[in-house]
Amino acid sequence: MMKPLRDVGIVGYGAYVPRYRIRAEEISRVWKMGEDNLHLEEKAVPGLDEDTTTIAIEAARNALRKAALDPSRLSAIWLGSESKPYSVKPTATIVAEAVGATPYTTAADWEFACKAGTEAMQAAIGFVGSGMAEYAMAIGADTAQGRPGDQLEYTAGAGGAAFIVGPSEESMARLEGSHSYVTDTPDFFRRPNQQYPTHGNRFTGEPSYFTHTMMAASGLMDALGYGPEDYDKVVFHQPNSKFPVRVAKRLGFVEEQYRDGLLVPFVGNTYAASSGIGLAAILDKAEPGERILLASYGSGAGSDAFSFVTTEQIARGRNPIPKISDYVSRRKEIDYAQYARQRGKLVMY
Amino acid sequence: MRRVYITGIGQTSVQEHWDRSARELAASTILEAMEQAGIQKADAIYVGNALSGELTGQENVAALVADFAGLTGTEAIRVEAAGASGGAAVRLGYLAVASGVQDTAIVTGVEKMSDLTGPSVEEALATSTDEEYEAIHGLSLVALNALVMRRYMHQFDVERRDFAHFSVNAHRNAANNPYAMFRRPITVEQFEKSRLVADPIGLLDSAGAGDGAATIILCSEEEAGGRANSSVEIISSSLATDAVALHDRSNPLFLRAVYDSAQKAYEQAGVGPEQIDIFELHDASAILAALSLEASGFASEGQGVRLAMQGEIALEGSIPICTMGGLKGRGYPVGAAGVYQVVELVQQLRGEAGANQVDARLGMAQSIGGTGATAVTHILKAPE
Amino acid sequence: MSLAKHWRMQSQRYRLLGVRCEDCGAKLLPRRLVCPQCKSSNLRPHHFGGEGTVYSYTVMYDAPSGYDGLVPYPAALVQLDDGPLVAAQLTDVDIDEVYIGMPVEMVTRRLREYGESGMIVYGYKFRPRLKDHL
Repeated sequence: MMKPLRDVGIVGYGAYVPRYRIRAEEISRVWKMGEDNLHLEEKAVPGLDEDTTTIAIEAARNALRKAALDPSRLSAIWLGSESKPYSVKPTATIVAEAVGATPYTTAADWEFACKAGTEAMQAAIGFVGSGMAEYAMAIGADTAQGRPGDQLEYTAGAGGAAFIVGPSEESMARLEGSHSYVTDTPDFFRRPNQQYPTHGNRFTGEPSYFTHTMMAASGLMDALGYGPEDYDKVVFHQPNSKFPVRVAKRLGFVEEQYRDGLLVPFVGNTYAASSGIGLAAILDKAEPGERILLASYGSGAGSDAFSFVTTEQIARGRNPIPKISDYVSRRKEIDYAQYARQRGKLVMY
Repeated sequence: MRRVYITGIGQTSVQEHWDRSARELAASTILEAMEQAGIQKADAIYVGNALSGELTGQENVAALVADFAGLTGTEAIRVEAAGASGGAAVRLGYLAVASGVQDTAIVTGVEKMSDLTGPSVEEALATSTDEEYEAIHGLSLVALNALVMRRYMHQFDVERRDFAHFSVNAHRNAANNPYAMFRRPITVEQFEKSRLVADPIGLLDSAGAGDGAATIILCSEEEAGGRANSSVEIISSSLATDAVALHDRSNPLFLRAVYDSAQKAYEQAGVGPEQIDIFELHDASAILAALSLEASGFASEGQGVRLAMQGEIALEGSIPICTMGGLKGRGYPVGAAGVYQVVELVQQLRGEAGANQVDARLGMAQSIGGTGATAVTHILKAPE
Repeated sequence: MSLAKHWRMQSQRYRLLGVRCEDCGAKLLPRRLVCPQCKSSNLRPHHFGGEGTVYSYTVMYDAPSGYDGLVPYPAALVQLDDGPLVAAQLTDVDIDEVYIGMPVEMVTRRLREYGESGMIVYGYKFRPRLKDHL
């Protein structure tokens, strides 16, 4: 388990999902896949003028408002994503400029599939915990692509979550400790000039998602001396609605604990934002003194687990800053043709 | 200040001259006008042109036109003020002769629109808007006019179909103008049903692009000699500007530059709007025509459209506009429009307007750049 | 595609940076050197909050190059609560939902890209205020 020299916590957080939704049954209507493949109801689709940058900017702005923090005090804007608008040129600098954090800051894009955002959070904890920085922001944001007709098309969604790490005394949720479990496991990947990723089907299950998530989560709980009953809420990476429920049960958690953070049925898998927006949903409703476990998962593969306890400041800025539930309930349904247009699947040149 | 007379005119038809270049179009009208004026040379050529670089990749246009018109070596300058380029060229020619610096000036307006088509033309037209704060948002020039029209409809309780009368009038007059591009009459119903370009402006509400050139020869009283008595005279000339961006205007529904230039033109000529018999205004869209009527003193605020609805803008009305088709019926070669307006007023004031003849003593030509950033007004008087 | 031109405009486009006249209090967007109201040069940076209402709107069908892929899209003149009028696209709204007086708020979105290999320009657009739609 890892714990910084200086106590840190989350001083502000924000999230965002786009307004458009495509229902799983609509995708199924076009690709004629069976009803039993529908692991969720619908997923979020970015608009024509949205991308990972714009999603990250809104999540970051919400986080700064919640923290009531002057953006120039941030020492890091670290953005994890696997759908960067530029392959070479940091998205993080655009976000940093847009929120007013430049020029005295670090900025970089991180990649570790769906756990890029929590990887950045680990680093932010170290940055602040070492005393190098007072505040550091970690963002996970994606506009994921699924190959048309492929199973992943049902779940590849879009969203972003931003967390500002700062001194424990100012935080809404203080960190008790974190733990990571990483191996070289090629369960899902994309080569440079490929439009869509390759995934390992059943190989993405036990040896990948379940092993890494369970090892990180149980390793953290053991080191802290906690059992599942010590946690009020838990949230896991959500590639579909089955995996996070199964892993929660295996770790001994019950529905009341994982329900608040389970958003995948409504917005799909938001990739690097997935566990993050689940955490945001939990924090939006939490009371002071609640213990929360987060365990992300990123293909390639690894899991980051964190244990937080909410403080008396948890409700700070709750209104009027939009909650993730506000974005989730803001929906505009589109059909497959409009979805294909918005996702850039039509050859325009 | 000396008196300034127009002793010769020339124009091409407005159409897609696929086989003729800009220099050819301009030069042909210069030769035509010079022959009519009985001159072999001039002191200067003022070329009104807005988009030569954007649309054809050619700058240094004035020297080019001078050379191809057989006037190599003549002083020549290109004048640009977006849609008011032609009017601005007339202004400079007027200033040169009225001030005594020059005796004979050729003023030519030319625009070659059809070398590019589709979205590239919209992109070129958008250069007359505020690039950093309007064009970057994907707002075309028509869209900015549409924003004004929508607000006008909201504030003055006017409907989209009420604007049709401007286009109907323009096309009816264009039918009798052999140089005009759009000579088929249209109905109010056709206007209403026409495809939207930028809501609420439809295809039949927006002057269409065309290629064309028009020339006038300006000379001093002394230079005109015996011709002066039978020549149309420019009795006043004025140009004013306003903020380029619509959102920077104090009132987006008031064309301040039009108001300022019209006021100064009236003052210089010693007349008021009641004495104007014909108004060749800048009808790039119906809303611009309505606001021009208001800012020039022919209708009070919010009543410009009603003036058209009441038929007052027709040839037989109290203030005929677009008597040979206007921008809408004639077609709109951007930088040339201001010179076409003067050419047509000369035809009217000489009694050469054929079926569209209006009994007129004073005519007013007004050219607008962008959504109202530049406005130039000239008042012309018929020969005695 | 001008890299420098867009880079220069970033702070204004990302954060609605205008100026405030220290002499007459006018709040101006875009930035100017001279106050159009009192002619003073005593102008200081001012960030606009981004909330406003629709003063007028249109829907684009014939778009300039670079924007033709977005058609049909709504655009508006927005009256910011702080005072100035600003031209921008509207987003996250159906074209038949727009009306004069609609309360809106600023968001940062893609304005355009220069083809598949060129730069992406981000800037302000306005959407219906979230808190009014919940």
